[in-house]
Amino acid sequence: MARFVPLLVFVLLGVLLTAGLMMSGSKSEIPSPLIGKPMPQFELPRLDDPTQRVSSEAMLGAPFVLNVWASWCVTCRYEHPVIEELAGLGRIPVVGLNYRDPRENALEWLQRFGDPYAFHLADEPGRVAIDFGVYAAPETFVIDAQGVIRFKHIGALTPEIVEQDILPLVEQMEAEG
Amino acid sequence: MNRMLTHAGALLAALLLATTTMATEEPLQFDSPEQEARFNDLASELRCLVCQNQTLSDSDAPLAQDLRSEIFAMMAQGKSDDEIKAFMVERYGDFVLYRPPLQTNTLVLWLAPLLLLAVGGLVTARAVRRRAAQLEAEEVAEDSEGQA
Repeated sequence: MARFVPLLVFVLLGVLLTAGLMMSGSKSEIPSPLIGKPMPQFELPRLDDPTQRVSSEAMLGAPFVLNVWASWCVTCRYEHPVIEELAGLGRIPVVGLNYRDPRENALEWLQRFGDPYAFHLADEPGRVAIDFGVYAAPETFVIDAQGVIRFKHIGALTPEIVEQDILPLVEQMEAEG
Repeated sequence: MNRMLTHAGALLAALLLATTTMATEEPLQFDSPEQEARFNDLASELRCLVCQNQTLSDSDAPLAQDLRSEIFAMMAQGKSDDEIKAFMVERYGDFVLYRPPLQTNTLVLWLAPLLLLAVGGLVTARAVRRRAAQLEAEEVAEDSEGQA
């Protein structure tokens, strides 16, 4: 019996390490503690017209997608066609949160790659993004009519995420009224 | 040989230059050495989420700089260490804490080392006991051989 102990230990270790490898793909993605909670309060200037300020209260009343992006963010460029497609469906407005980005750079980026967003909030100091728990751009939130964060994705949106997570959630929120 | 030395020297100079340029960013003005020590303690207990194996005090990521100044501001407002950590956990989850709290979903994490130690202790105790018994038996055998 005792001769099999090393083999048993080896097999157990193998299982453990394999499980670790399989899970490492999602390791860097941290579940947000903000899901199910009201979005943080903010008041930010609009990117197109900084004299206009938008508060979190003004965003209440209808669900929207909040997409955190920046002109320095390479993955955002890669994600852009998916944002265009999601916004183009007309099911839910996509609002941009321009993160740690000088205004001119952001405007130039939009001019170059197109602007499918409803409008953009400008968070050049990155302070509101901290309240949203943002640590990497792009990040995407789905916020319901009551201002509760229902979904969060870190990294580029893909057509699959839009199809399998965001659109069903939009339907669910529509059913909630 | 000489050329190698010059190369090594140039490399070293470049490295030194790199560290000095890194160190020049964002000088925080501390009122007292105690405040600075407290700040450093906090920043070294919180994870920088951009580069997940570094603490906030190690990292040069822009977000780490922002969060360091956020911690600094909260200290200036007289917030306690627990309040500052709670601020971080509310936004980024328990993962930001380098010292995970003891709660139901971290029980395995905290108890596994103790459990492993106990298992190791048992295995060692058994092995030692068996070896002692074996030695004793050998001695008895030698003794009886000597007598015969």
